[in-house]
Amino acid sequence: MTARSVRSLPGVLKSVFSNRLSRVYGAAACNQRHKSTYTPPPARYGGRHTVTLIPGDGIGPELAHHVRELFRFCCVPVDFEVVNVDSSMASEDDINNAIMAIRRNGVALKGNIETNHNLPPSYKSRNSLLRTTLDLYANVMHCQSLPGVRTRHKNIDIMIIRENTEGEYSSLEHENVPGVVECLKIITKTKSLRIADYAFRAARATGRRRVTAVHKANIMKLADGLFLECCKEVASGYPEISFDSMIVDNTTMQLVSRPQQFDVMVMPNLYGNVVSNVCAGLVGGPGLVPGANYGEDYAVFETGTRNTGKSIANHNTANPTAMLLASCLLLDHVKLHAYASMIRRAILSTITETRLHTADLGGQGSTSEVVQSIMNAVQSTGPQTLSI
Amino acid sequence: MAAHSAVLSMSKIINPFWGGRLGNTVKVFGTTLTSHRNKTLLTGENIPPPAKYGGRHTVTLIPGDGIGPELLNHVREVFRFSCVPVDFEVVNVNSALETDDDMNNAITAIRRNGIALKGNIETKHTMAPSVKSRNNLLRTSLDLYANVMHCQSLPGVQTRHKNIDIMIIRENTEGEYSSLEHESVSGVVESLKIITRNNSLRIADYAFKLAREKGRRRVTAVHKANIMKLGDGLFLQCCREVASGYPDITFDSMIVDNTTMQLVSKPHQFDVMVMPNLYGNVVSNVCAGLVGGPGLVPGANYGNAYAVFETATRNTGKSIAGKNIANPTAMLLASCMMLDHLKLYDHATMIRHAVLKTMNETRLHTADIGGQGTTSEVVQTIMRIIQSGGQLTTEL
Repeated sequence: MTARSVRSLPGVLKSVFSNRLSRVYGAAACNQRHKSTYTPPPARYGGRHTVTLIPGDGIGPELAHHVRELFRFCCVPVDFEVVNVDSSMASEDDINNAIMAIRRNGVALKGNIETNHNLPPSYKSRNSLLRTTLDLYANVMHCQSLPGVRTRHKNIDIMIIRENTEGEYSSLEHENVPGVVECLKIITKTKSLRIADYAFRAARATGRRRVTAVHKANIMKLADGLFLECCKEVASGYPEISFDSMIVDNTTMQLVSRPQQFDVMVMPNLYGNVVSNVCAGLVGGPGLVPGANYGEDYAVFETGTRNTGKSIANHNTANPTAMLLASCLLLDHVKLHAYASMIRRAILSTITETRLHTADLGGQGSTSEVVQSIMNAVQSTGPQTLSI
Repeated sequence: MAAHSAVLSMSKIINPFWGGRLGNTVKVFGTTLTSHRNKTLLTGENIPPPAKYGGRHTVTLIPGDGIGPELLNHVREVFRFSCVPVDFEVVNVNSALETDDDMNNAITAIRRNGIALKGNIETKHTMAPSVKSRNNLLRTSLDLYANVMHCQSLPGVQTRHKNIDIMIIRENTEGEYSSLEHESVSGVVESLKIITRNNSLRIADYAFKLAREKGRRRVTAVHKANIMKLGDGLFLQCCREVASGYPDITFDSMIVDNTTMQLVSKPHQFDVMVMPNLYGNVVSNVCAGLVGGPGLVPGANYGNAYAVFETATRNTGKSIAGKNIANPTAMLLASCMMLDHLKLYDHATMIRHAVLKTMNETRLHTADIGGQGTTSEVVQTIMRIIQSGGQLTTEL
């Protein structure tokens, strides 16, 4: 059994693995999706990390392929465990496998999985299922104006922290009377405190001065009122960071006129969705911004605006920047900082070349050209790479 | 009663057109006597006749809080100057009180007059959650189910996007604004978002009728049906049903996050947009930001029997109240929309023309559009332009 194979491993690793292995095996064996309280050790063996890769639909597979190509080229010590999720099937086995793989590895890179409108309402969004099961409660999106990309607003630097598991995305709806649908939006004290705490800790860690809570408490007094109260409670514990709040409609209006006034923003799920998309539009579009979903034990990286991009799939016109920057965030998370900065530098130097801009930025470049150029930039800086 | 006899004696003076509907007048009076705020069954016979006597209309005016009172004063000033045949019945609503009496009076006045012009009434966060938003109360009691906002780039206002012309139709009474919340377990709040088939069909129908009337080619429904399958799914379904009855208008749908992203990069692709309450709030504010800010766009709330006009983004503007720097354009354009509704088209065009001409003068721009002009300067200029237009006016 596995216990025996553990004994055959080199003695240095055995001490790490042996006492925890039987429980890990047990947890992986039961196909339940409930929250595991057990944190597996980092999936790293021989200096190489294993990361789950979920290609998803639309432009996901091709972008994931480019990420692998680039990692292989730069000799990044990361191996990808690919788990395919078929969005057209009604059974949840695929997504359960994916979740199990992420539990095993701790980190994942994913493309967006399509939610087919034609399937019955009992079919929940796979992306949402993944986030709630792994309790990835914080969605962090850092919107920065990139040099070389022409936008109407300059010098934007906003960090958006969005509650990822509750709020309007609880998928709790019912139709008691025909023709009248009630959707429940759930706001809880524990989760609001948790996300507010995450926001302030992240602000402190990155040296930010100001946190703004976005809400609609004048209408949803109990729900958003609770969220706002929790944010205020947490704010009192961070006196060096100024805290203010703004109603969501005013926020979106300010974002399109003066986005430079915002620093860090924290908000419930739906407002986070809208505000993050507005900010992504302000800095140049969905092809440029990476997003990260953090939980206590797991982290999943993807593009910030979670687009499937069905209409541009396989046309070689998708912008790989968002996915590649997301993979750099992944490298930072597994503490391979040198590789992360190397790839990030190469991406930013490629973005300044206007003739390589893809269609979404108004250019005519193709995805493969952009990736080639990034690889050239990496090679020219000197670290060890494979031959192109 | 005395009131009835007064009505009867008046009816002989007013043209016989009203005679046949006298019985309705009595019923109307009865309705206004009872201070119920419940949704009246507005069948055809109960809609009050237009509050017009001697050629002059009576309109309810609710000053509200913040910049509301000063802007509405300017509106009255301009109307008086231009000799517009409208009398305002002012009803004050004190937002600091916990009782609903003030609001009930206001609603009764609007039922009586049929039309209102209002400023935004503040909703204090510090009061108990049982104190509902007064603005919301007004909209639901009078069943003003359609909020229409027409965002147009104004000449003379410098914005990052040019030539925007989007009409936003937002469901105004249900959705996330049902104010139905409860805390079954301490620390867990459930907020209900209600979507009904009737209201969705009604708003979709309104949107398509308006699009056809204005000669618009395309209606976009904004939703989040990939997550809220039943709720927004029902809304989308209703829109599709109604769309099938208007083959000359193209219908498509877009998810709200993609919509907001497209709005900030390529707003020219949108023509008419219809959506539930919360998305309408966000999208209309984004569009207002795109055309120049909250001081420029007027909004209208229409029901079957009543219409209330206000600024589109419903800001109280507490921080700039009383400083003479608020932008009166939104409120004045809203009053022009009101005049159009009352069929006083000449006066409406005259004032609108004057407002737009004043917009061209950059030195008169107020602080919100980057200038240093004051509210009173702007209003004075508007009145001067009206006077130079040759119409009958009072002394300046």
